[in-house]
Amino acid sequence: MSITVDSELCSGCGACVASCPYGGIEVIDDKACITEDCNLCGACVEACTMDAIIWTKEEVGIEKVDLSQYKGVWVIAEHYKGNIHKVAYQLLGKGRELADTLHVSLTLVILGDAFDDQLEELSMYGADEIIYVKSKILKNYYSDLYTKTLTELITENKPEIVLIGATATGRDFAPRVAKRLNAGLTADCTGLEIDPKTNNLFQTRPTFGGNIMATIRTPNSRPQMATVRPGTFKKPEAKKRKVNIRQIDYDYSEKDSVTKIVKVINREKSKVNLEDAEIIVAGGRGVGKKENFKIIEELAEAIGAEIGGSRVTVELNWIPQDQQVGQTGKTVTPKLYIACGISGAIQHLVGMENSDIIVAINKDPSAPIFNVAHYGIVGDLHKVIPALIENIKKVKSAED
Amino acid sequence: MKIFTCIKQVPGVSEVKIDPKTNTLVRKGIPSITNPMDNNATELALSIKEKHGGEVIALSMGPPQAEEVLRQALAMGADEAYLLTDRAFAGADTLATSHTLGLAIKKILKDSGDEKKYLVICGTQAIDGDTAQVGPELAEELGLPQITYVQKCELKGDKIITERVFRSEETVIIESKLPALISVLKEVNDPRFPTMTGIVNAHEEMEVKYLNANDLKAGKENIGLTGSKTEVFKIFIPEKKGKHVVLEGSVEEMVQQLCNNLKEDKLL
Ligand SMILES: Cc1cc2nc3c(=O)[nH]c(=O)nc-3n(C[C@H](O)[C@H](O)[C@H](O)COP(=O)(O)OP(=O)(O)OC[C@H]3O[C@@H](n4cnc5c(N)ncnc54)[C@H](O)[C@@H]3O)c2cc1C
Ligand SMILES: Nc1ncnc2c1ncn2[C@@H]1O[C@H](COP(=O)(O)O)[C@@H](O)[C@H]1O
Repeated sequence: MSITVDSELCSGCGACVASCPYGGIEVIDDKACITEDCNLCGACVEACTMDAIIWTKEEVGIEKVDLSQYKGVWVIAEHYKGNIHKVAYQLLGKGRELADTLHVSLTLVILGDAFDDQLEELSMYGADEIIYVKSKILKNYYSDLYTKTLTELITENKPEIVLIGATATGRDFAPRVAKRLNAGLTADCTGLEIDPKTNNLFQTRPTFGGNIMATIRTPNSRPQMATVRPGTFKKPEAKKRKVNIRQIDYDYSEKDSVTKIVKVINREKSKVNLEDAEIIVAGGRGVGKKENFKIIEELAEAIGAEIGGSRVTVELNWIPQDQQVGQTGKTVTPKLYIACGISGAIQHLVGMENSDIIVAINKDPSAPIFNVAHYGIVGDLHKVIPALIENIKKVKSAED
Repeated sequence: MKIFTCIKQVPGVSEVKIDPKTNTLVRKGIPSITNPMDNNATELALSIKEKHGGEVIALSMGPPQAEEVLRQALAMGADEAYLLTDRAFAGADTLATSHTLGLAIKKILKDSGDEKKYLVICGTQAIDGDTAQVGPELAEELGLPQITYVQKCELKGDKIITERVFRSEETVIIESKLPALISVLKEVNDPRFPTMTGIVNAHEEMEVKYLNANDLKAGKENIGLTGSKTEVFKIFIPEKKGKHVVLEGSVEEMVQQLCNNLKEDKLL
């Protein structure tokens, strides 16, 4: 297993150097050289236009899996307090698309208790089949019981693609299931597509803090598993469909789990629901102080928006934690995101850059937020926002 | 009791920048650092040791220069450090990484004859790959109960009691018998800074032990690139979507223009 450079063919153009995320290749004396840092990711092989980089993979007698045995797309639903997490609906939308491209069926898998009444409603989002594993104890989430049940179901039914929401729960059981199945798993994807040539699943995800995108595939094994970031895909329209429902009863008891849930502490549920908001007005350190957040509230009120903020504003206690947008906060995809006094650090951007329209108000013209903003206003927010509120009110009253 | 911490060397990611002219990564002078949450893992291991005794063993899989992050763990107070390094480990995805780390932990336990009660602590996720998969996959490799996204952890007898963050609305207290694996968030503690003596000791007195594929009796089909099921097909810089305009004029003019645009986009 190695990457080597054919120095006869290498033109020293440096395209490979630019493509390498690890600093594993350098041009020395007009020829590309592999360095100690090479991680054998193969990005340079792709990038080389001269076919000068050779990637040799040793065949070590790996047992070849018969890929054609695996058929169908599965979506695993997560739930909380009796409600299916919205990422499952989003995945059904995308899953339908993938299943149609592959001409296979789409299955929704639920592990839980008391979903009997919801199955009809759940049938309307694109699935051909629902597998409902019913067990009292599965009202709560148990890492090991999820793993055991899902591995058994997957081994028995052999789906080719398994999609899971990239929530704290999904990211807990998905790797464990993947490991038990000896399957590949791609984390926190933001793009899924079928390669028309091979029918492999192309799984695209941000890495290096969102600075680079990587497309991953799982060419020689099945199932192809991916966790998908909530908010990436849209929930499909509800439509009546004929759906085959399979209920499987398990009689797990608490003793069957190696871990024990001692207590569930509910934090205060917030009034705002950023993930579903159509318009968000968000404030950053540039707002200046807590009292100044009033002007953000006024703008939100005028335009009919929910309020969000950068991590700094949460740390300074200007807004509650569950209104934080970004890597360690919420991922939001509103139709309109107005960022006020936010610099646009990468950790903030990953949480909001998929918004349809982004407006940035910032007094520093070189603030990175302007790189993602569709409309940028360079100026002091304390002057711009009042003027904006005034104008919005005018537009709205003209409409009435 | 042995407490293992898994430490990854990563590029200091906040400094990975894109050259706007060539649209490529600027990597010059980016330092490699310890994955931040892995320092929290080491800190937790050390604080458990200080209260209950035991031995803190730091592990890292990576190229020879990853020795540096292990020296830092030793400087913080870890008792032993192992670097799993071999060309055959390169190109590993999380499946192959967790297998390799698992082999090393099994070997260390077996060689010491102290196999029963141990704890493995990982960071929840690394800032380069951001996968958060190695922890749970390592737990599966070792056949251990796992608790991820841990923001509080205490040892009581042969049990750990943890606080796991599920969602913004909910924290769950979960307990598990040892041996077990947990992966921690940065909220779990504030990592200590190594003392001067610690640093000198770690670099001059203590040893980072190297283990290669042979030492671990690793099968080629399960490690490195060959042991990986996922494959990087393409790496690219994300494109900007849509039009990007910086509005001009007086505040009044800019605001007017913005409102007109938003009206056109049917947002007002
Ligand atoms: C592991 C990790 C996770 C993180 N997760 C998140 C996350 O989830 N979400 C998040 O937001 N951050 C996150 N961060 C923090 C992030 O790196 C930034 O520190 C943070 O986003 C900056 O917030 P800010 O833009 O409000 O503040 P600053 O970066 O201080 O920017 C303030 C901006 O306001 C502008 N300004 C000042 N005064 C005015 C004025 N009067 N009018 C107009 N503009 C003005 C300034 O020009 C500046 O651009 C994370 C960091 C790390 C390391
Ligand atoms: N190469 C490695 N060597 C040691 N520990 C690792 C390695 N890769 C991942 N880990 C551990 O697994 C955690 C999660 O990493 P990841 O799955 O890459 O996000 C890290 O915080 C480390 O504790």
